[in-house]
Amino acid sequence: MGNFEPKIVGMFCHYCALAAQDVAGKGRMSFAPNIREVRVLCTGKIDVLHILKAMEDGADGVLIIGCKLGECYFREGNMRAFKRVDYARKLLDEIGIEGERVQMYEVPGPMGKRFADIITEMTEKIKSLGPSPLKKAAQEELMA
Amino acid sequence: MIVGERKPLEEIRAMLDPYRKILILGCGECVSVCMAGGEKEVGILASQLRMLYKRQGREVEIGEVTLIRQCDREYIEPHLDKIYQADVVLSMACGVGVQFVGEVAGEEVIVLPALNTKFYGVNLEAGMWAERCAGCGDCVLDKTAGICPIARCAKRLLNGPCGGSQGGRCEINPEVECAWQLIHERLKARGQLELLEEIVPAKNWKPSLSGGPRKVIREDLRL
Repeated sequence: MGNFEPKIVGMFCHYCALAAQDVAGKGRMSFAPNIREVRVLCTGKIDVLHILKAMEDGADGVLIIGCKLGECYFREGNMRAFKRVDYARKLLDEIGIEGERVQMYEVPGPMGKRFADIITEMTEKIKSLGPSPLKKAAQEELMA
Repeated sequence: MIVGERKPLEEIRAMLDPYRKILILGCGECVSVCMAGGEKEVGILASQLRMLYKRQGREVEIGEVTLIRQCDREYIEPHLDKIYQADVVLSMACGVGVQFVGEVAGEEVIVLPALNTKFYGVNLEAGMWAERCAGCGDCVLDKTAGICPIARCAKRLLNGPCGGSQGGRCEINPEVECAWQLIHERLKARGQLELLEEIVPAKNWKPSLSGGPRKVIREDLRL
């Protein structure tokens, strides 16, 4: 697993994360290419089931980026998302998948550098955790 | 509504252990509203179980169906095919649904409960439900300012409050409001305190569970 490149599903808020991504892009900042991106109008739209399905369908991690607390375009969507992330982590921990594979960050729109750093940070984190236990199980089955 | 709460995953996993083909059956009524056993919760549990079995390298087929409600025969019957195809049905309804799906499907069908049925309650605020009725079969709300001492007083007193009522709270738990304090306050606000002067005799518990399982029959509605 030395050359493990994680697959991470990024669920990004249209109003902050994507703006920050634009800033990072325009600033020619480089960041890890491991994210499969899903745009959401607000992180408050993200449901526990979306996170579980992403993991079930083969993601090694899920990264959610929303507005800074108190600055949500829809006032409290990001606060709700934080709570759902906590719940999704608990559900994953229950079945032996590290809940920390799901992370949520706050990034204001102008902070392109922060966005780029988070992508790289998350990728490194998932690399250190290794492939999703579901993939490991599937691989062991294949080898048997 | 009937309020339920999902059993711990470990308990559900242990119940399902002998089976290879599971149908998770949600209910679209009360348990959907209290976010315990509706379509979304069926999806979450199914996803969790699929991942768990994949991790364990076990091949288990999991089906998902959510009925309009599990306490009416006509909503269960259209899904009997799927029920018969499964080794086991994991019902996410209240205890009523779990039993009735079994009754309608026949004794060979194993129906297991995914929830603990808690109480008849209200949705106090998002994510919080509280008990309001105990289904005692002989309503006393007319005498108690619309606040039920059977469901909300730990001692089910009909002539309260007791000495354990302190500062409006119940001695069993400072978070629990004393039902009789609430009754007193409401009657006082309405100028109806004299209602409390009536001594209510011991309650007849026969209409409650003491009389065995209950039944309501309306001849005018029967076919």
